[in-house]
Amino acid sequence: MKGLPDRVLDHLREVIEAPDLSATRYSLEKEVGRGGMGVVYSAHDTVLDRRVALKVLSSVNTAEPRTLAQLEHPGIVPVHDSGLLPDGRAYYVMKLVQGARLDQFAAGHPALPELLRVMSRICEPVAFAHAHGIIHRDLKPENVMLGPFGEVLVLDWGVARVLGSAQHDSVAGTRGYMSPEQASGLTGALDVRSDVFSLGRIMEYLLASTDAPQPVRAIARKAAATDRELRYAGALDLSADIARFLDGQPVSAYRESWREQTLRWISHHKTLAALILTYVAIRALIFFFTRR
Amino acid sequence: MNKPIYGLLLGGALGILDGLTAWFTPEVRAAILTIVIGSCIKGLVAGVCIGYFAKKVNSLPLGILFGLAVGMFLAFLAAAAPQPNGQHYYFAIMLPGSLVGAIVGYATQQYHPKSATKSAHS
Repeated sequence: MKGLPDRVLDHLREVIEAPDLSATRYSLEKEVGRGGMGVVYSAHDTVLDRRVALKVLSSVNTAEPRTLAQLEHPGIVPVHDSGLLPDGRAYYVMKLVQGARLDQFAAGHPALPELLRVMSRICEPVAFAHAHGIIHRDLKPENVMLGPFGEVLVLDWGVARVLGSAQHDSVAGTRGYMSPEQASGLTGALDVRSDVFSLGRIMEYLLASTDAPQPVRAIARKAAATDRELRYAGALDLSADIARFLDGQPVSAYRESWREQTLRWISHHKTLAALILTYVAIRALIFFFTRR
Repeated sequence: MNKPIYGLLLGGALGILDGLTAWFTPEVRAAILTIVIGSCIKGLVAGVCIGYFAKKVNSLPLGILFGLAVGMFLAFLAAAAPQPNGQHYYFAIMLPGSLVGAIVGYATQQYHPKSATKSAHS
């Protein structure tokens, strides 16, 4: 007996997996993303007549929307609603973010200051979550979205966990971005520096195709240090070092030579440097001509 | 510290340094103390004027231009008075004097008093 074509099987699988939203105020549109913790769909809120993102979790996990709901920050997608589907799976509804993912944004080769400003903006919601005792544990370029009006949003808090909680869970995160302590399964020993490592790896990813100067590369290296004692103590410290570089100040991650210090000072005080150099040149000329 | 005070102190300090460069001109080296005092007073007057201007006008190019003009004018007055050896050193006094004024003009425009920043945020 001949089997069904793959196309038909895929369609059947989609129909079977599609959440039954008949008892809710939402109507399903299409799948927009898929991860280890669930599937994200775009949906239509029939009451408020607006498009939303609806995430169906792969289990009866109500911790994720609760965690996310605690984090009210412009850099974190707000949760509007949550509930249970007839098949027992949990879902929650959030703002539908439209824009480019960080990896797509980086593929456009933006200028270094733009990259650094975005990097600094990523640190803000992460630091906010840390201040509320929550670590993300899966920071990567695919989980950062840039909106059309310059918004920077950190997404997918599905594996986030409360710091110091006694919950025992499996290794979560993405290889290449998760910290060594996270990869080794020491989930109980994780702290905010684990997210700092991931931020450092994201920064290294962003800088990969640029000719970033040594201080910037040193910032990324320090954030992604294997030994967590050598990393920044928090996301705000990392952000502050980036801001120092953008302001033309020395960064904590890099020790400059006197030549680099001078060049940095001149490049950020061009007018004053030109005035001083002109003064010195005139004094030298006067000295030279009065000696003759 | 407000801008006129900042200009006064910076102008005075740069005036002293500018006056000390007279040491490199052997003809006037004997009168260096008089030159340093005169240059310091010139710097103080220029600095307070430039600082007051910076307080009223928030523009880097205008601040530099004003500093250049004030520095040049005061340097001209200093150069117009004959030196102990009876000679006038117009270029040797006016060119550096103008630039010192321009530097003070730049610095006072870039300087933002802390109290003003606090009140702006509160």
